[in-house]
Amino acid sequence: MLNPSRALSQFPCVLCLFCSLCFSLAAATPPDTPSSVLIQNATVLTVSHGTIEHGSILIKDGKIAEVGQSVKAPAGAQVIDATGQFVIPGIIDCHSHIASEAINEGSVSVSSMVTMEEVLDPDDVSIYRDLAGGVTAANILHGSANSIGGQTLVIKLRWGQPASKLPFEGAPPGIKFALGENPKRSNFSIPGQPRHYPATRMGVEETIRAAFAEARDYKKIWDDYNKSVAAGEKALLPPRRDLKLEPLVEVLEGKRYVHAHCYREDEILMLLRLAKEFGFKVRTFQHVLEGYKIADELAAAGVGASTFSDWWAYKVEAYDAIPYNAALMTRRGVLVSVNSDDAEEATHLNQEAAKSMKYGGLSHDEALKMVTLNPAIQLGIDKRVGTIDVGKDADLAIYNHDPLSAYAVVQKTLIDGSIYFDREKDIANRAEIEKEKKALAEKLKSAEKKPEEKKPPEKKPEEKPKLPTPAPTPTTAQAGAAPGGAP
Amino acid sequence: MKRAARPRLGSPRYLFNFVGLVCLLCAPALGAQRQPQPSFYAITHARIFTLAGSPIEDGTVVVRDGKIAAVGAAVEVPAGAQVIDAKGLQVYPGLFDAITQMGLSEISAVNATVDSTETGGYNPDVVAASAILPSSEHIPVTRASGITEVLAVPASGGLDLFGGRGIIGGQASAIHLAGWTIDEMLIKKSAAMALNFPEIQTETFDFATFSRKEKPYAEAKQEYEKQVNELTDWLDRARHYAQAMEKGSVSKYDRDLKLEALAPVVRGGLPVLVFANRARDIRNAVEFCDKQKLKMILAGGAEAYKVKDLLRSKGVPVVLRPPLSFPEDEDDPYDRELSQPAELAAAGVKFAIASFDNSFARRLGQNAANAVAHGLSYEEALRAVTINPAQIFGLSGQIGTLEEGKLANVIVTNGDPLELTTDVKYLFIKGRLTSTENKHHRLYEKYLNRPKASN
Repeated sequence: MLNPSRALSQFPCVLCLFCSLCFSLAAATPPDTPSSVLIQNATVLTVSHGTIEHGSILIKDGKIAEVGQSVKAPAGAQVIDATGQFVIPGIIDCHSHIASEAINEGSVSVSSMVTMEEVLDPDDVSIYRDLAGGVTAANILHGSANSIGGQTLVIKLRWGQPASKLPFEGAPPGIKFALGENPKRSNFSIPGQPRHYPATRMGVEETIRAAFAEARDYKKIWDDYNKSVAAGEKALLPPRRDLKLEPLVEVLEGKRYVHAHCYREDEILMLLRLAKEFGFKVRTFQHVLEGYKIADELAAAGVGASTFSDWWAYKVEAYDAIPYNAALMTRRGVLVSVNSDDAEEATHLNQEAAKSMKYGGLSHDEALKMVTLNPAIQLGIDKRVGTIDVGKDADLAIYNHDPLSAYAVVQKTLIDGSIYFDREKDIANRAEIEKEKKALAEKLKSAEKKPEEKKPPEKKPEEKPKLPTPAPTPTTAQAGAAPGGAP
Repeated sequence: MKRAARPRLGSPRYLFNFVGLVCLLCAPALGAQRQPQPSFYAITHARIFTLAGSPIEDGTVVVRDGKIAAVGAAVEVPAGAQVIDAKGLQVYPGLFDAITQMGLSEISAVNATVDSTETGGYNPDVVAASAILPSSEHIPVTRASGITEVLAVPASGGLDLFGGRGIIGGQASAIHLAGWTIDEMLIKKSAAMALNFPEIQTETFDFATFSRKEKPYAEAKQEYEKQVNELTDWLDRARHYAQAMEKGSVSKYDRDLKLEALAPVVRGGLPVLVFANRARDIRNAVEFCDKQKLKMILAGGAEAYKVKDLLRSKGVPVVLRPPLSFPEDEDDPYDRELSQPAELAAAGVKFAIASFDNSFARRLGQNAANAVAHGLSYEEALRAVTINPAQIFGLSGQIGTLEEGKLANVIVTNGDPLELTTDVKYLFIKGRLTSTENKHHRLYEKYLNRPKASN
């Protein structure tokens, strides 16, 4: 869940409908993909094998083909002169809610049947803004309103492409869990609605346990059925599918990652015990602001931790949050990433990672890993992204300074070797967008005047505030009514 | 200058480099009989950014009896002064965060710990200083980032906004971030009157029903006008009341505390700190304050750039919300808020940058640095978090630069105080060497030293 004070500061988030139309016309066309690109004369922070001064990166068909000091441009290659600039692997945000039309299916305590894929919004301008902050991939999570939330999805920030082109091909699927104040609804209630179960951390545990007890039985029914079919038994009716339990069976089978929102040390250990009881693994603890208190236990369990740089005190369970969290956990052998949980925060994750050098003394490389390689490992996509190595996807961010400085500004962001963000072009396009916007506004004004001349002039369309995001959605869907093909 | 020196890594105890010197000063009151500590220091061999002239190389700052006694390259170390050798370090005025809820809000989601927003529309008589908790954990945490003074502003943020902020929020207090009691912390009890200027709201989010409410423009405008009339009425009554006070015709038995609190506002002595972000709302507020002859300071100002000429011509200074914020409209340039400070500086509008928060107060320097990355000069960025807010709130005689005679709110750092990785090595508030130890570092030390778990 967003830091409430920041959520509020973005509310009301105002936008004009006709403006959004013109924006998408002017800027949201996907870039061409040249067959080869050479980024030359840059300081290349590979993350995997040190820093290459005056380095070049050759990209072929969207993949990194060569990295080094003496890489030659093949004929016809697009050349990006990055003299004086710094290249890092594209930033990976392990906790994001951008590109989503909805965040929370809050009406049930177990909403594992819903998926973020069904609500992907490729026109969300946050995609572009986060690209401009060097982000190339993000873990799009369901909200934290329920003990077991919806199915998560890793995307690439391919601004301008349709929703079907956003998912990160081959990234393991995930599911959101949530512990503590949010699933027990400590900090808000909806008038007229009865008190929700669970209302305690005890109840959160039982909610998850009950769901997995059911899932285990359900798995057995299917296993038995499959065994019988394999043994040649015919004329058997297959068991009835349960879309709520299917993703939990995938968790039990290790095919779906659990990303668990949590704050306090006790609830983190609770989920570790519960996971052991049912024989599944937690892939990442998200927020995990008290992770530093139980870093040895996290390391022993082999789970990842994805945390904030320095958020604290917005609720009781965040009152012991410290900016040393990332460093303390890293020092005890936990794989740590720094995430945003907020579209604006995501635009400066490089800076947020840098804070782990100040708070706890991590090295430059260790800090950079917090937003590149480490989240890639946590999301199971490190074979494809997270470092600058031959064979990996050419997802890169180019800065004008050392990216671990507050003075660094992203110049270009590439995904699959295509330039999806170019600061120079963005600036050059502004006058054109402004012109188009004015023309559209004029057109709208004259269209408004025609049918009813008596309308007072101030009746032109006014700004429309958007709902604060993410907000718990009171009752948007029936429990069990899975979007897209429920039984 | 733009790039910071790397922090000294490897030593988890870097905050305690001066532990020997400080422990006497910052230890909790072990007994009631402690003597007041001497306050006589010479910070030597430092690079000094006075913000009242060019940086001084290898200079000395003398701090005595709470004030800056001398600054310069040729300053002698006076006999009896405790010497802090700051070779390789830099000295700056302490940073000033001009809008916070410091001491008024501890855990923003827990109403019992939040005293930042009173209920009702008009609360000119409530004063932040009345409810500031000197032992708030936020104070030392914020101090550790080099912030030595803040404005605590009623009705300026936090989760209590769920109940609405009203129109007149109350009096903002300027405080030092150190002191055993509010009296020791106070710089100015009443530094500004918080005013949430009415907005024309065609659409609002109703937290009671958790739903969006729409209304026609004409209706919204009518509501806005009603609110403005109400505000005008309050000011008219305050003016009459002020006249009666001057004539001595207000006896102590028929005081009106709210009108009395508004008297300095209508006399033009106490500035109004007007929260507005949209160009239309800012324009309305400037026009209103001009007509009412109020001394206006704009707070927020997300679209101040759209009305920069108006702000300059009317001499309205701005306390900007963090540049690390998204723009108001989705088709605004993505870096609209980041580049705004440079644009305002070029237009000659005076501005400060503030956090508008407690837990994010320590991002003040980061925010200023990001404005530099988008075109603001480094000097202007430093001014935006030191002398500019001091000037805007009429405190520049006391704080904001390193000049002889000013209060010694001074930081000594190992690099650029706006950079992410810089550490504050020494921090003085009112001439006292003040600890940067805080809850976060205490927990760090505690868990750094947790014995390895046996599992």
